[in-house]
Amino acid sequence: MTYQPNSDLRNHRSPLMDKDLMIEVVGLKKSFGPLEVLRDINLIVPRGHVVALIGPSGSGKSTLLRSLNLLCLPDAGYVAIGDHKMDFSAGNVSLRDRDLAAFRANTGMVFQNFNLFPHMNVVENVMVGPVTVLKQDKKSARERAIELLSKVGLADRAEAHPEQLSGGQKQRVAIARALAMNPDVMLFDEATSALDPALVGEVLAVIRQLAEQGMTMILVTHEMAFARDVADTVIFMKDGYVVEAGDARQVINQPREAATREFLSHFHGGLA
Amino acid sequence: MDYQWDFATLWQYRYLLLEGLAYTAGFTVLTVVSGVVVGTIFALARLSGLRVVTVPVMAVVELFRCTPVLVQLVWCYYALPMLTGVEISPPMAAFLTLTLYGAAFYSEIIRGGIVSIDIGQWDAGRAIGMRRGQLMGKIILPQALRRMVPPLVNQSVLQLKNTSLLSVLAVPDLLYQGQLVTSATYRPLETYTLIAAIYLAVLFPLTRTAHWLEDRNKA
Repeated sequence: MTYQPNSDLRNHRSPLMDKDLMIEVVGLKKSFGPLEVLRDINLIVPRGHVVALIGPSGSGKSTLLRSLNLLCLPDAGYVAIGDHKMDFSAGNVSLRDRDLAAFRANTGMVFQNFNLFPHMNVVENVMVGPVTVLKQDKKSARERAIELLSKVGLADRAEAHPEQLSGGQKQRVAIARALAMNPDVMLFDEATSALDPALVGEVLAVIRQLAEQGMTMILVTHEMAFARDVADTVIFMKDGYVVEAGDARQVINQPREAATREFLSHFHGGLA
Repeated sequence: MDYQWDFATLWQYRYLLLEGLAYTAGFTVLTVVSGVVVGTIFALARLSGLRVVTVPVMAVVELFRCTPVLVQLVWCYYALPMLTGVEISPPMAAFLTLTLYGAAFYSEIIRGGIVSIDIGQWDAGRAIGMRRGQLMGKIILPQALRRMVPPLVNQSVLQLKNTSLLSVLAVPDLLYQGQLVTSATYRPLETYTLIAAIYLAVLFPLTRTAHWLEDRNKA
């Protein structure tokens, strides 16, 4: 293989057996028209690790996250999550709907704006994936959905409709919906950015609980203190590059790169 | 004005008028169904984003939206056979014209309904691994349909009214039968008043339904 992962991440790799490797990204590139959003991204995430992606807006972190479950199709590179692999090197891009769907079913994603299905109640939101995609029977899918809803503290709202929930509750339903697919990896795209400050905590608590249970996760976040305390690795991105990646406490508390320091200086109020 | 109203004379022509109503209703139902089917195909074709499909479909849609349906009807019956060398019957010409005319408008309603659904819904459906058809069937269309139904009903009301134009091709719809009755009775005032009343009786409940559906969707 001809690729050079970023130095900090490469160190993770050598001692790992393949079964411990959950996410591998090699040479990922993406442009929107003339705008290069991702320029040669390499990433390795061991099973059970939590990675926080930080950086200014427009740095490409959301695009990177969306490339991991192929909501955004890379122009070049290689993405592997668990047993699912996709190669976007030149001439190899015959992307069939079926293959994309299978790849995506293996990753859970939580969005900034929740994106609950408004025509379904809470438990139906959680069940629809397993029933439609995994062909589970409705009864066991419902039982599992209720179980997941209790896990996020919302079993009593199973029959409510999304518009009756607070933002924090909606986001917890969205997390349950993603977990219902039994994904290998959970991706959080600014999951708390649209929430009232008072409701951020309840969502972060659920994410923290998932981390403790060993879920492999990548979070795009502006919650620096949370990134420092919950993530194993923090990756700082700017202009489509990974500028700095390493141990979460080190990157947040003693960033090596000037750009990282500059970015983090805006957050010091929230880092106490 | 001392005009002697005489609706009673019309009673003997009731079967003729009923037959006309049946033609009107039949043509409406038929061309609403065919129009929605063709309109859905047009809408999906336009949403495909493939220029080889979208450009011709857009051309057909605009052609039928920007010419009067009466002109289309006459053209289809008198001019098209000269072009193709195939004679078509008046009902066939009427069916073809109203289907495509309806489809042009329905396709815009259907396309509009689909694109009005927030992009986040597509993301969320894809993210849980739904395939294109599942996403359409379970997530997008159920939401889009609720928004589409009131304009679809409104368009279908217009479709029913447009069937009155079929009388120019001597298709025996309600208006055409009215003309027959008039020429037999010399009672145009009663006859056409009755014809108008029948249209009103059929369409008023439909427009109320459309209103009701709109209000319900807003709630």
